[in-house]
Amino acid sequence: MNKIVLGIVVGGVLGVFDGLTAWFTPEVRPQILQIIVGSTFKGLVAGLLIGYFARKVDSMSATLVFGVVLASFFAYLVAAQMGKYYFEVMLPGAIVGLLTGYATQRYGRTPAPSAG
Amino acid sequence: MTLGDAAVSRLRALFAAPDTAGTRYRVVGPLGAGGMATVWEADDTVLARRVALKILDAADATPERIERLLAEARVLASLEHPGIVPVHDAGLLPDGRAFCAMKKVEGESLSAAAARLPSAAARLRVFLRICETVAFAHARGVLHRDLKPSNVMIGPFGEVLVVDWGLAAGAEEARTGGSVAGTPGYMAPEQARGEPVDSSADVFSLGVLLKDLLAADGVRPDRRLAAVVAKATAPDRAARYPDVTALAADVTRALDGEAVSALPEGPFARGVRLLRRHRVAVLLVLAYLLVRGLVLLLR
Repeated sequence: MNKIVLGIVVGGVLGVFDGLTAWFTPEVRPQILQIIVGSTFKGLVAGLLIGYFARKVDSMSATLVFGVVLASFFAYLVAAQMGKYYFEVMLPGAIVGLLTGYATQRYGRTPAPSAG
Repeated sequence: MTLGDAAVSRLRALFAAPDTAGTRYRVVGPLGAGGMATVWEADDTVLARRVALKILDAADATPERIERLLAEARVLASLEHPGIVPVHDAGLLPDGRAFCAMKKVEGESLSAAAARLPSAAARLRVFLRICETVAFAHARGVLHRDLKPSNVMIGPFGEVLVVDWGLAAGAEEARTGGSVAGTPGYMAPEQARGEPVDSSADVFSLGVLLKDLLAADGVRPDRRLAAVVAKATAPDRAARYPDVTALAADVTRALDGEAVSALPEGPFARGVRLLRRHRVAVLLVLAYLLVRGLVLLLR
């Protein structure tokens, strides 16, 4: 699987899972569907960007840093909307970025350059 | 009158030195000696380059041995491969001794270089290059029959060359058997008994060579590689890998952390191997779950 597709898949799956964990917070349970959709969308976009970065920059450490920074930024935007839970949202978000960055660089394939 | 040791050895050297007068070669000095021939460093005066001249020792220049050396040159000439030393020329010197002019290989033998290779993985990669060369020779119908670390040269730029094809034989010739030739410890049992051999004899020798490489750093090899060695060196040739390519494929799988055909694994062993292979990803997932759990608990 190429790095961009893998980034989207990993980001999407983790986004769904991340959204589902909102079920354990009773006060936001009524909005669970919107949370899952939003979290999945966030994961897909982050995965796409991380996968694209991993394809362009063939470096594990650079991809990990990019993944953490990007996912933390997205998580910050979510927390900023709520105006609270910065730590609770950003810490798992950063690990998701780390995981997506690692997965794309370790398991993703870079397509061979085409001739001519 | 008695001659001193120095004088005797000088006379010996003089007697052994080949007569290259009238040829394009000027002998510089000896590089090494084998069972029936000595390899000399020489200048090719026509092309102005250094070559290695393998020349039959004077006392051994029987018609059979002359034919044997020329046959080796023909075998080498038929094998154009980056892992095989190219032959430039072959024939008879003015003194009647057969010679074979080859590219002079820089570097050192694998037996000397193995311990200095940086890791087991580096040694395995060298082994795979040897396998590629031997598989190429087998595809051309040639068996080496004397594979061992001292017959592999490592060049200064990491080149891997399989040398000394003096016992090499065509598959048809090897099928007849009858004579015992090879190196004890590296010879397949059927080869040591003088029975007809096929490519599985080289698979056996490669298995012993692999065992040597794995032992070079004194660390016990993992179970999969030990199983690969055991399968390659099985006393019964039918139990060995069917060819060198299959042996190389198993070594590649072991190098990549995958299961090998020589060691069927159960579900538990497979699980442990996969966990080890993907330990970073597993640790990251666990870290994520732990953080998620802690956040939910502490909220």
